[in-house]
Amino acid sequence: MTAHGWLQIALFYLAILAATRPMGAYMARVFEGDAQPLPRVLGRLERLLYRLAGVDPRREHTAAEYGLALLLFSAVGLLGAYAVMRAQHLLPLDPEALPAVPPALAFNTAVSFTTNTNWQAYAGESTMSHLTQMLALGWHNFVSAAAGFGLVLALARGLTRRGGPDPRRTLGNFWVDLVRSLVYVLLPLSLVVALVLASQGVIQNFEPNATIATLDGGTQSIAMGPVASQEAIKMLGINGGGFFNANSAHPFENPTPLTNFVEMFVVFLIPAGLTYTYGRMAGDTRQGWALFAAMSVLFVAGVAVVYPAEAAGNPQALAEPLVAVAGNMEGKEIRFGIAGSSLFATITTDASCGAVNAMHDSFTPVGGLVPMVNMQLGEVVFGGIGVGLAGMVVFAILSVFIAGLMVGRTPEYLGKKIEPREMKLAMLYVLVFPLALLGLAAWAAVSEAGTAGLANAGPHGLSEILYAYSSATGNNGSAFAGLSANTPFYNGTLALAMLIGRFWMMIPVLAIAGSMRGKTTLPPGPGTFPTHGALFVGLLVAVVLVIGALTFFPALCLGPVVEHFLAANGRGF
Amino acid sequence: MAHPRTEERSLFDGPIVRAALLDSLRKLSPVYLARNPVMFVVEVGSIVTTLVLVRDALLRPAAMAPLWFTGGVTLWLWFTVLFANFAEAVAEGRGKAQAAALRRVRQDTTARRWADGVETSVPAASLRKGDRVIVEAGGVIPGDGEIVEGIASVDESAITGESAPVIRERGGDRSAVTGGTTVLSDRIVVRITAEPGASFLDRMIALVEGAARSKTPNELALHILLVGLTLVFLIACVTLVPFALYSGMQLSITVVIALLVCLIPTTIGGLLSAIGIAGMDRLLQKNVLAMSGRAVEAAGDVDTLLLDKTGTITLGNRMATALLPAPGVATSELAEAAYLASLADETPEGRSIVAFVRDGVGLRGGEPDPDAVFVPFSAETRMSGVDLGPRLVRKGAVDAVVAHVRDRGGAVPTELLAAAGRIGDGGGTPLAVSDGARMLGLVHLEDMVKEGIAERFARFRAMGIRTVMITGDNPRTAAAIAEQAGVDDFVAEATPEKKLEFIRREQAGGKLVAMTGDGTNDAPALAQADVGVAMNTGTQAAKEAGNMVDLDSNPTKLLEVVEVGKQLLMTRGSLTTFSIANDVAKYFAILPAIFATAYLEIEPLDVMDLHSTYTAILAAVIFNALVIIGLIPLALRGVRYRPMGAAALLRRALLIYGVGGVVVPFVGIKIIDEALAALGFA
Repeated sequence: MTAHGWLQIALFYLAILAATRPMGAYMARVFEGDAQPLPRVLGRLERLLYRLAGVDPRREHTAAEYGLALLLFSAVGLLGAYAVMRAQHLLPLDPEALPAVPPALAFNTAVSFTTNTNWQAYAGESTMSHLTQMLALGWHNFVSAAAGFGLVLALARGLTRRGGPDPRRTLGNFWVDLVRSLVYVLLPLSLVVALVLASQGVIQNFEPNATIATLDGGTQSIAMGPVASQEAIKMLGINGGGFFNANSAHPFENPTPLTNFVEMFVVFLIPAGLTYTYGRMAGDTRQGWALFAAMSVLFVAGVAVVYPAEAAGNPQALAEPLVAVAGNMEGKEIRFGIAGSSLFATITTDASCGAVNAMHDSFTPVGGLVPMVNMQLGEVVFGGIGVGLAGMVVFAILSVFIAGLMVGRTPEYLGKKIEPREMKLAMLYVLVFPLALLGLAAWAAVSEAGTAGLANAGPHGLSEILYAYSSATGNNGSAFAGLSANTPFYNGTLALAMLIGRFWMMIPVLAIAGSMRGKTTLPPGPGTFPTHGALFVGLLVAVVLVIGALTFFPALCLGPVVEHFLAANGRGF
Repeated sequence: MAHPRTEERSLFDGPIVRAALLDSLRKLSPVYLARNPVMFVVEVGSIVTTLVLVRDALLRPAAMAPLWFTGGVTLWLWFTVLFANFAEAVAEGRGKAQAAALRRVRQDTTARRWADGVETSVPAASLRKGDRVIVEAGGVIPGDGEIVEGIASVDESAITGESAPVIRERGGDRSAVTGGTTVLSDRIVVRITAEPGASFLDRMIALVEGAARSKTPNELALHILLVGLTLVFLIACVTLVPFALYSGMQLSITVVIALLVCLIPTTIGGLLSAIGIAGMDRLLQKNVLAMSGRAVEAAGDVDTLLLDKTGTITLGNRMATALLPAPGVATSELAEAAYLASLADETPEGRSIVAFVRDGVGLRGGEPDPDAVFVPFSAETRMSGVDLGPRLVRKGAVDAVVAHVRDRGGAVPTELLAAAGRIGDGGGTPLAVSDGARMLGLVHLEDMVKEGIAERFARFRAMGIRTVMITGDNPRTAAAIAEQAGVDDFVAEATPEKKLEFIRREQAGGKLVAMTGDGTNDAPALAQADVGVAMNTGTQAAKEAGNMVDLDSNPTKLLEVVEVGKQLLMTRGSLTTFSIANDVAKYFAILPAIFATAYLEIEPLDVMDLHSTYTAILAAVIFNALVIIGLIPLALRGVRYRPMGAAALLRRALLIYGVGGVVVPFVGIKIIDEALAALGFA
């Protein structure tokens, strides 16, 4: 560990802290304001899109209508992406003449990008044509993030709109939320980010592979493509699907420490800002800051474990002179160093991004445990756009329920009573996650098809399986590597995990939004438990940790935990 | 006030415990236990380990765990179920004991049914709603009803514990009678208002016995949380088997079941229904009958308390607190006249004047003149006094005395009238005193605010409950008393309509309102309020409209009802937190123990340094069962309620039940493990 390393981490957090309010206020204006910014340019584009799609922006959706629109939109997008991949050899912009993507892989990838997971069972540069990257995958990079906005906006409206006169109990219009998030947030920001990245050397072209002569007389083929534009939305939309197989470790995706900082910054930018937007919608920004604080605690705790663990190095390699000085540099890029890699790994797994700038597989057991735990907490530490905050709100509802009981009142959140219906839905949300994650991972651990894909034996092999399903169910998309995932078994079961992790968890959230929407808002009094302040933040963090830890601790014991103890005793895998 | 029925019963009363032991066996029936999914899972687990035990004992397979281990786990799993059943049975037993005491009231009496001019003797139990019965002095009223004819003094001590008889008469607000009470004088005709088995006593008995208990919304929500957690742990434990298999370990069924039972929230799951029943029971001990568990829960949630001024906030008896002589009159002269005029006045006001003059002014008035003729108070004259020969001493309402003085040619100083006005504005009542044609002065009567009531309201404010005083007084008087009593708001010149409107307005703002009432005209408001406590002395209409009946007819009781409701929720919340927090230690006991068979290196995780795999697991199971027994007293008594802000309450509860819940099992499991080792198990 170095002071310089900690300084990088502190600088990153301060930048996010500073950006949360302006970003949140901007999004509040976009989604809930009376007048959206830049009406002459973006407003025209917005209205044009409504006209083209035949959407009446004033007609609001109920929870069921909203959910149906979201699901149909995702389903159509999924099929479209599948079709493009299957037909890429017939379509333009395929300079390397890549063949059609095989069906199982195409399905897995279509699901992966539709669900904002961006799990990649393929190497981008050698599997996907430029058109596939830009159209099939790029499209989802934008719209899956936009759909996430919709989820949290609907939930926030359900919680904060006063019950009463509106008998339809509407939660906003899905199409309006979708269009606005694209027009006002994702497109302009990704344009700026792409330019910043390009300025640092991220490539942007439609060239075929460049062939160069190497110093030792051989030739090397170097993949080219429209990388900067893809990279910007890959990070900003918390997607994580890299243009190249090496993802953000590749010098054309992430060439300098500055781009590394920018890429990390834009991952947390929108989810952090949304906490402030949420507070604005609740009419009390402290409500948003409380959720931000809980997320911050969990984020900082994560980095504070990974960085020292990586800096300490691998106990088995400590005898090597360099390791003792440099720490565990295996699988890390020298231009990012241990701090830049540890921070990136924590961020990418806290937010359900999944981009990597180092190989998590090569982390020390404890360093690799944290990314896995981050995902197993349900991707609520900032999390994916919208879905992360929505998940945190569900945990807040559970915390409030327990807290309410302890102070002797029927629990309420933002002035609305939490009753059996909401508890049922919240528990459904909590249950679906371990059911898919542990259920499928357990199957993989004992099936021949599952263990066949492992690169390592023993607990490290189990970690690879656990990591894959945590990543898929959490819609993260990062890989522990080491697992050969492009098999029918993994393509199928991981796709299932991604679908469950996305849509089966969205439905209960929308149902909670709908059921809270109709409730009367009670004015707060001294007897109501305040859902801001340190006490609530502490309770919320404890509930997230306890539910996550109690559920996954036994499995983790057999993976990274035991591996840690074995490594300390000189055994590796 | 005496409470003959509500003697504080010790928590584990001999007969109740004996009955409960039997009941806990009866409750093992899976059909019954299925109502409680958490404990049902434990029972299924116990059955499975029992089968494993039988198989191991008979077949002795090669890879079996020691018999003492499987036997121990099985035994303690059964105990876990039994302890939970026992907790529920004890709570029910205590409720039944209360109910039996109530039932004693309803001895089998013969009723004299009166129909079409014919009187027939029928058993009281056969009376239907609408039947008329005659009850004469010495007779027991056979059922709840309303007097349609006559007036009687009734001994209601069987219900209320209050020994002084009360007057019950036809019409008005004193017409309701309760079955089981005794008529002391006169003859009344009662119209029965409840079907057999449907009187509020019957309903209450059914509730405390647990027969009619349906889950309240909050209980249901908590149940969902517990079932959800149970499923989460089921997933975690079931998937652990393949993960272990991957790691080269064959987990035995016994071990997986032990782990599962330790992790699922058995503590709160086993005590949940006991907590609910005990809440009803605590209310009953305070002589309040609740019509549903939902009402008790709502009481804990109340935001606004509507309190009648008279009797609740004030003593209801106006007392003399000052003498204001008219200009030119000596205080002693006014004092003597007021004393004489009140000597024969047996009203509380009259007595308070006598006492005030004697103690406050120090006048040693001798015995009254034997020729004195006392003039009692009448509604017509609104004065009382004494005639001493030609001397007419009077005291009474100011306008009445003023007219009396002016009739005799006397003058009334304007200062005096102004003073009378000021007394009224301050919330007091002025009485004028005259001697013949002379106006002597005023007696200041004040309705005394009950001692300590302001502190009590301050406590409620800390809890976030607003108190609102309801009074028929004019707004100025009401404001003065409201300030003195420390209520947050008041409704002056209240009419039943105004009350109802106020409740509706509060509820429209999302607030829960509680109130007490006794008159028929209170009935709509009682029905509208979320918690309506009817006084037992009140009319049948009021009792039907409310969802609680206070047998003592003490309006201040509302405050205690709220506390019982809060206690109920807090007990549930605290034990839930404790139950979940316990899991941390259980993980550290069980997981290293079972994983050490494949990975010895995991030993540092065994922070408790337990003796062996088997003692570790068994110790966790035993601890898990013992915690249920250990917490029964808390479940029955409820956690202490302290009036403080929500945040302070939560911090306290989290510290005790959250942090405590993490620490206690580490100690407990270690001790049990040591004990097992000392007994030779390893």
